[in-house]
Amino acid sequence: MTSSSHSSQSADSSKGDACMSLQNVTISYGKFEAVKNVFMDIPRGRVTAFIGPSGCGKSTVLRGLNRMNDLIPGCKLKGRVVFDGHDLYDPKVDPVEVRRRIGMVFQKPNPFPKSIYENIAFGARINGFKGDMDELVERSLRKAAVWDECKDKLRESGFALSGGQQQRLCIARAIATEPEVILMDEPCSALDPISTLKIEETMHELKRSYTIIIVTHNMQQAVRVADQTAFFNAEAVEGGTGKVGYLVEFNDTERIFNAPGQQATQDYVSGRFG
Amino acid sequence: MLTDSSQAGSGPTNPHRNLDADAFTLRRRPPSEKLLDLGFRQLTLVLASVVAIVLLGIFITVFQGAREAMASFGLSFLTISSWDPVNEQYGAFTAIYGTLVTSILSLAIAIPLGVGTAIFITEDLIPSSVREGIGLMVELLAAIPSVVLGLWAIFVMGPAIRPVLNWLHELLGWSPFFDTAPQGPGMAPAILILVVMVLPIITAISRDALNQVPIELRQGAYGVGTTRWGAIFSVILPAAISSITGGVMLALGRAMGETMAVTMIIGNSFNFSFSLLAPGNTIASMLANQFGEADGIQVSALMYAALILMVLTFTVNVAAQWIVRRLSLRY
Amino acid sequence: MANPSPITYDNTALFDRRPLRYDPWLTRNLRNLLFTGIASIFAAIAVLPLVLVLFYVLMQGGRLISVGLFTQLPPDIGMEGGGIGNAIIGTLLVTLIASLIAIPVGVGGGIFLSEYSSGGWFANFVSFGNDVLAGVPSIIAGVFVYGTVVTTRVFFGQSYSAMAGGIALAVLMLPTVIKTTYEGLKLVPQELRWGAYGVGASKFVTVMRITLPSAFTPIATGVVLAIARAAGETAPLIFTALFSSFWPDGVFDPIATMSVLIFNFAIMPYQAQNELAWAASFVLVMMILAANLLARWIARMTKV
Repeated sequence: MTSSSHSSQSADSSKGDACMSLQNVTISYGKFEAVKNVFMDIPRGRVTAFIGPSGCGKSTVLRGLNRMNDLIPGCKLKGRVVFDGHDLYDPKVDPVEVRRRIGMVFQKPNPFPKSIYENIAFGARINGFKGDMDELVERSLRKAAVWDECKDKLRESGFALSGGQQQRLCIARAIATEPEVILMDEPCSALDPISTLKIEETMHELKRSYTIIIVTHNMQQAVRVADQTAFFNAEAVEGGTGKVGYLVEFNDTERIFNAPGQQATQDYVSGRFG
Repeated sequence: MLTDSSQAGSGPTNPHRNLDADAFTLRRRPPSEKLLDLGFRQLTLVLASVVAIVLLGIFITVFQGAREAMASFGLSFLTISSWDPVNEQYGAFTAIYGTLVTSILSLAIAIPLGVGTAIFITEDLIPSSVREGIGLMVELLAAIPSVVLGLWAIFVMGPAIRPVLNWLHELLGWSPFFDTAPQGPGMAPAILILVVMVLPIITAISRDALNQVPIELRQGAYGVGTTRWGAIFSVILPAAISSITGGVMLALGRAMGETMAVTMIIGNSFNFSFSLLAPGNTIASMLANQFGEADGIQVSALMYAALILMVLTFTVNVAAQWIVRRLSLRY
Repeated sequence: MANPSPITYDNTALFDRRPLRYDPWLTRNLRNLLFTGIASIFAAIAVLPLVLVLFYVLMQGGRLISVGLFTQLPPDIGMEGGGIGNAIIGTLLVTLIASLIAIPVGVGGGIFLSEYSSGGWFANFVSFGNDVLAGVPSIIAGVFVYGTVVTTRVFFGQSYSAMAGGIALAVLMLPTVIKTTYEGLKLVPQELRWGAYGVGASKFVTVMRITLPSAFTPIATGVVLAIARAAGETAPLIFTALFSSFWPDGVFDPIATMSVLIFNFAIMPYQAQNELAWAASFVLVMMILAANLLARWIARMTKV
């Protein structure tokens, strides 16, 4: 029974229904397996953090959740990623539709070469938004806590903002399309501590309405923002073709950091390696 | 040696100093080396200034040559279409019209083809080996000499497109642009062969521009749920548009100055006609045909035409550089 | 702003949620398919001319290849057979003259721009002028040499000559050689130059022994491509090198080249001449494609 094998690793299911469910997911680039046999149920309406050392496949798994890996030549996913009752990798599923419902914020701020206003309106428009665009732009920027910095220069290029503001603009861009899930791939790695703090505050606001999955290098950040934490690790495979990542443990953040079930987790969170 | 150094060691100087000085004979640079250094710098400076001298030389030669004709014909040279060596009446309107029409229409066809091809070979629609193959073929097309394309145009392309041109004449004969019967050489085949010649430029520059669009932008577009072509039209092409425009302008300059293939297929007629199906002329083809046999004021008239061509291509090329610099600052 | 009003969300009302299933009849998916189709058709059209041109050059020209083609002179009007021996030698000679002028000047100019100038007005002017010169139509280069070399008879009273043709081609090659030299040298890491200076090398020694050799591949690639392009040029030769039906007499006399031969013979109403034009096209295209492949091979050597 696959369900029993992964429920042992997931947080106890009474805390809410699963928003996304990974069932024996293996992702490979060409012949090289990046991450192997991942089972997890990601709860709805919470913040889930993926932590682990470099090369453990946590970003790869994250990008697999809205089929962003389709952009990488030779990247293949085996197993099932179930969302809203569908396997996202079913050939009948439209990846564009997937990304409309599962938004993403990237490691490097990547505003479009358009005005701040258009950066927000673009996604809404292609998603068939019919309402008041000005209101949507303002609301999205407010939710991303960047409205005050932007309100006087909505017609200026998104590049006119600082790095931290650009990243919050990208968050606003993602939430303007009202996705159900927001994936964040190390959203603060390129930012200074103050910008990081602001984005973490934004995330606390956002988790009231969205399911958030965040990849982070920073364990303190996981403690600060996440309800659940998944610890990934990588191990060398025999033959020496590199490392393959796997999911070690997935539980409440508090448990992961204070009473982990695995020695490897204990070593990582206490800073003994990584 | 030992005694030497021990003696020196008792003195105030470092005992190893003499040894080193013996081994490195060039520690103090001889004047000849300094002279070589300076001389080489001056040499490269002179070689670099050759570019400036040649450019000025071209302009002065053409301008000097054109002065007589400029004095005789003035600006009416631009608007008169007669080219009459017997009465020494010269006007370049036919050639100017031909230059502008062939280059602009050829670009109108080549831009969608070239940019479309560039998109096709930068997207992952087909395996990368096939894409590289197409890219290589387009680059090799650019290497085929113009005169070979002209030969091909005369014997292969011209006869092949004749039925199409006849059909165009029957269909659109009411308009002044198609109101003459096709007769082999003409503006239309010249336009087509120009398309073949500028297509590699537009494709290559567009491909480079598209490849330079950061992957993050593309991911961002997909992340908010665009389709492939939604991302291309709304994010990727706008990000690459300055380089593509610069490439298009360079191609326009090339099309205006392109000589051989056009000369061989355009018909070299001085009789003005709006019709694309009629034989025509361009400044470059006129120069190629007439220069060797011209004398007197005809040479000067040709120089005048050459000056006009230079001004046209200069303007277009400088505009191309300006566009690339100006627009690229935004992104 | 004292009381930032709580924002209320109503997520479902703003957007229609569609099922995840791929719907091929959705407008956006139809449009996607349409544009993909258009782009692939455009790519096919872009490749077509090369295929057709190469096919006809191989067919029409390739079947005429014989020893005589390389060893004989073109026939007189109305006669059969003959060869293009003089034009092959002429093309090689004129291209060689052009290379001997353009490569030293261009490499030297590129060294100046990259290694010696520090962005002053002169360097800016030269680099701007180089871009302008690259855009000058090839026929204008012919007009320039016609005006300065041919009509002035500077070379021993000779007017049209292989020398004049070579100079005209050199004018066309120069911007490419300067540009590839400049860009090749710019790719050399600064640390390498510092390393040489650090052991006390003079600037001349650094450039000649360290910087220039490091940039050999990109420069050689660009130079080979420039030579290939010059070999196929016709417009600047028509009224500088002119043409000759005889074997070359020397560099100060008119000379036949393959490109001008193709032009002259293509528009003649005689089949023997037309066939020689195809044969010359075959030889010329093969030479140029070989040079292009050579350039690619040189370029690949560094990547390893």
